[in-house]
Amino acid sequence: MYNFEFVKPSSVADAVAALGAEDAQALGGGQTLIPTMKQRLASPSKLVSLGGIADMLGVSVSGGSVTIGGATTHADVEAADAFAGLTGLAGGIGDPAVRNRGTIGGSLANNDPAACYPSIALATGATITTNKRDIAADDYFQGMFTTALEEGEIITSVSMPIPEASNYQKFEQPASRFALVGVFVAKYADGVRVAVTGASENGVFRWTEAEAALSANFSADALADLSVDAADMIADLHGSKAYRANLVKVLTGRAVAAAN
Amino acid sequence: MPKDSGIGAPSKRREDVRFLTGTGQYTDDINVNGQAYVYFLRSTVAHGKLKSVDTSAAEGMPGVVRIFTGADFEGVGGLPCGWQVTDRHGEPMQEPAHPVLAQGKVRHVGDPIAAVIADSAAVARDAAEAINVEIDELPAVIDMREAVKDGAPKVHDDLTSNLCYDWGFVEENKAAVGEAFANAAHVTSLELVNQRLVANPMEPRVAIGDYNRANDESTLYTTSQNPHVIRLLMGAFVLGIPEHKLRVVAPDVGGGFGTKIFHYAEEAFCTFAARQINRAVKWTSSRSESFISDAQGRDHVTKIELALDADNNFTAIRTDTYANMGAYLSTFAPSVPTWLHGTLMAGNYRTPLVYVNVKAVFTNTVAVDAYRGAGRPEATYQLERVIDKAARELGVDPIALRRQNFISEFPYATPVAVEYDTGDYVATMDKLEEIADLSGFEARRKASEAKGKLRGLGVNCYIEACGIAPSNLVGQLGARAGLYDAATVRVNATGSISVMVGAHSHGQGHETAFPQVVAEMLGIDEGMIDIVHGDSSKIPFGMGTYGSRSIAVCGSAMVRATEKIINKAKKIASHLLEASEADIELKDGQFNVVGTDKSCAWGDVTLAAYVPHNYPLEDIEPGLEETAFYDPSNFTYPSGAYACEVEVDPETGKVTIESFSAADDFGNVINPMIVSGQVHGGIGQGIGQALLENTVYDENGQLVSGSYMDYAMPRASDVPFFTVDHSCQTPCTHNPLGVKGCGEAGAIGSPPSVINAVIDALHSGGHTHVDHIDMPVSPSRVWSAING
Repeated sequence: MYNFEFVKPSSVADAVAALGAEDAQALGGGQTLIPTMKQRLASPSKLVSLGGIADMLGVSVSGGSVTIGGATTHADVEAADAFAGLTGLAGGIGDPAVRNRGTIGGSLANNDPAACYPSIALATGATITTNKRDIAADDYFQGMFTTALEEGEIITSVSMPIPEASNYQKFEQPASRFALVGVFVAKYADGVRVAVTGASENGVFRWTEAEAALSANFSADALADLSVDAADMIADLHGSKAYRANLVKVLTGRAVAAAN
Repeated sequence: MPKDSGIGAPSKRREDVRFLTGTGQYTDDINVNGQAYVYFLRSTVAHGKLKSVDTSAAEGMPGVVRIFTGADFEGVGGLPCGWQVTDRHGEPMQEPAHPVLAQGKVRHVGDPIAAVIADSAAVARDAAEAINVEIDELPAVIDMREAVKDGAPKVHDDLTSNLCYDWGFVEENKAAVGEAFANAAHVTSLELVNQRLVANPMEPRVAIGDYNRANDESTLYTTSQNPHVIRLLMGAFVLGIPEHKLRVVAPDVGGGFGTKIFHYAEEAFCTFAARQINRAVKWTSSRSESFISDAQGRDHVTKIELALDADNNFTAIRTDTYANMGAYLSTFAPSVPTWLHGTLMAGNYRTPLVYVNVKAVFTNTVAVDAYRGAGRPEATYQLERVIDKAARELGVDPIALRRQNFISEFPYATPVAVEYDTGDYVATMDKLEEIADLSGFEARRKASEAKGKLRGLGVNCYIEACGIAPSNLVGQLGARAGLYDAATVRVNATGSISVMVGAHSHGQGHETAFPQVVAEMLGIDEGMIDIVHGDSSKIPFGMGTYGSRSIAVCGSAMVRATEKIINKAKKIASHLLEASEADIELKDGQFNVVGTDKSCAWGDVTLAAYVPHNYPLEDIEPGLEETAFYDPSNFTYPSGAYACEVEVDPETGKVTIESFSAADDFGNVINPMIVSGQVHGGIGQGIGQALLENTVYDENGQLVSGSYMDYAMPRASDVPFFTVDHSCQTPCTHNPLGVKGCGEAGAIGSPPSVINAVIDALHSGGHTHVDHIDMPVSPSRVWSAING
């Protein structure tokens, strides 16, 4: 790790100002950034911790939506227990040490293709609120490690409409325990959304064929005749394209069964 | 009712008090006044010609003390190999030079090129980034079978090829084995990979070299399983420092698993550099660095064939193995695929003819050497997998096939040059069937099927040769060292005892178990006895801990030394009690004159030894301290039978271990709780190999699985509660404790039963085309096999 400056502002405005410095970097829970810095693969001049901004902490439910502050840890999201799919997803990220440090804003800003949170954000049609604007999840995720965020833009909160039924199924990569494939299924009055993480070279994506089938019949049987195109899937040490494509279907079925 | 002290008591591990309260003293906890820090600049390419190493920019950086490159080690010895294998044609193996820092070429990712010494570790690393290294990259050889082809790039230009040796065992039996196969009623053949593993002890390696100019003494603090071996190899072969000027200290060591046996470049470097700069030099490996610099394990590619007669008796075994040495020969690397592997290929069975061929190959990868079990897991895995496959092909019960072929008379001379002294393979199999409730398996299978899971049962036996071993024998086999051990029993004036032992404890619980033996022999409290280990300036010359040898070899030395103590103490007691020495008995810590009520206490005798006012000075010396060296007459042969039940999720390929049972015969057991713990750990590592761990290089020699993001270690949730039993005990006939050793059994015995269980599960689900899946049986591999 190289030397760096560290600041912990107490307001979003101060954080935005601090991020104006050259090579400054926002710090959520540091679960990706700190190991990367220890490997000397990142060398920000200044870390701007978002953990001291009271406005960015906490979970609240109102009007059929849950709003989560961008600096809220996975453990706090789990403890708030806003709806089953969210609680299960947050409580299954990493291990207790990770869940007590890592934050929803950090996860979504990093957009690791194997992270859990992108799936729920996309499946619930979440609104990602920054210091500048609201971004619809469908517009936010733009491929592996790529998002609609601009330089210096901070995720201040995330709002998700609470589904009638939901479930997240994660098949863990044996070493890292990130999602080899993770599928979030969310059922709303106007239809079902299915988002898949871990599987695609293009990052998190919606499986629209499954959404259509499940909107008509919310049962695992509705998936029987569907198949997932393996062409864009990730292939690595832990699974081939075909294996990941298979897992997408299997896990979607299991998520539906568990949500019912 | 279990005993509460002495041999056989489940005494709690006294060392755990410091380990569990953060008060252990590991090498990295040691800091020498004024020490500097070294950072090793390592090759990022697997194979290349080292054109230039320009350190000029780094030299001038503030805080940089000195930078060394390979050129500074010309005239210094290279790292020695401790075992010479003779090939099928009677020729010695090819043995390349192994410089401390790379000279001329780099041969694997991680090969050290330069060493930067600075006032802090951070400055050393910064300065290393300022070194300009020019390398002409050469094609890398990674695949062993490619490496031995004509025209393959050579890892070592001065060798004739990448073949270290082509070993045949027993060469004289080769023709007879061929004939047995020609005449066989049935032949089962299996090709398999015993994948490369990274040892991953919890504590990465650390070395501190210190030098005292006043008396010209060097001290090396290091994470080693065998400080005297390091002192001998480094002092005599690398740096030319005589033993009396070189002290090697291995304090608390956080796990070894074999990879801390070997003498490493970093140890020699820190010791050398400290003398050069007259200042202590400390190196602490990062975890990333350990992946590319610690010797790795296994990495065999094998074809095994089993011949049977019409009655299903085994008639011959033939194997053909490629064994990866990596880029250099690590300390004991050549012995692992040969004498620690071929000699076990008879297993627990009466197979009259065995022929083992091993081609050891250099590749542009990290060196491979002993890892928990070392050669014996590879032998067991092949044998127990091919037997299972044979049973399936013949339509017979795999346990019955094993039982039919068990060796049942001891001593038993195998066709692969070893003689098993004792064993009872029927007893351990009977015990296994009981503790694993094999009769209830079908009901459990139905319950799994009701959940949509496939359940499989896998069983295997194992035999190992450990308690390594008779020096004269291993000398004939190519060892360049003796393999005895030593202990000094120092009885203090008030009766407390320090036992200085050559064995080293890095997780084995010696500090608890060794005193139990002495306490039993003397009839005194365990708490009066401590052992001292890990410092060449305090202990007699012993060979350290590996190969499940500590209690069998060093423990035997301790028994011999304690017997000398008892003999002398009886002489003193006979003087104090004015009785004949022949009439003195030592019982419960008291010396009695047999047939009388005259006695004196242990403490009376020990005090008399050191305050010899009333003492037979004309007959014996004062003091009560004895040393014994012990060189066993044979290996020991622990054995056992293991059973694993798995569930396979056919939709995802995920395997879960539902139960694991182990019936072991370790001979006599000193501390059953510690033995159970050793078996638990070994099975955990075996399950890690079977399900999770894999070391993968790409075609350019980059380590793809170079961190825990991709190298899957077993976690607590990956293993079940184990059922272990060591009540079947056929004591070793040739050591005084009748012990055999237990450290490696779990790792040797567990992988085949896991794989056997997975194949059984798949067959039960109708996937009968799957007769083998290579380890690790990851979800994707199982799914691919099902759908292949």
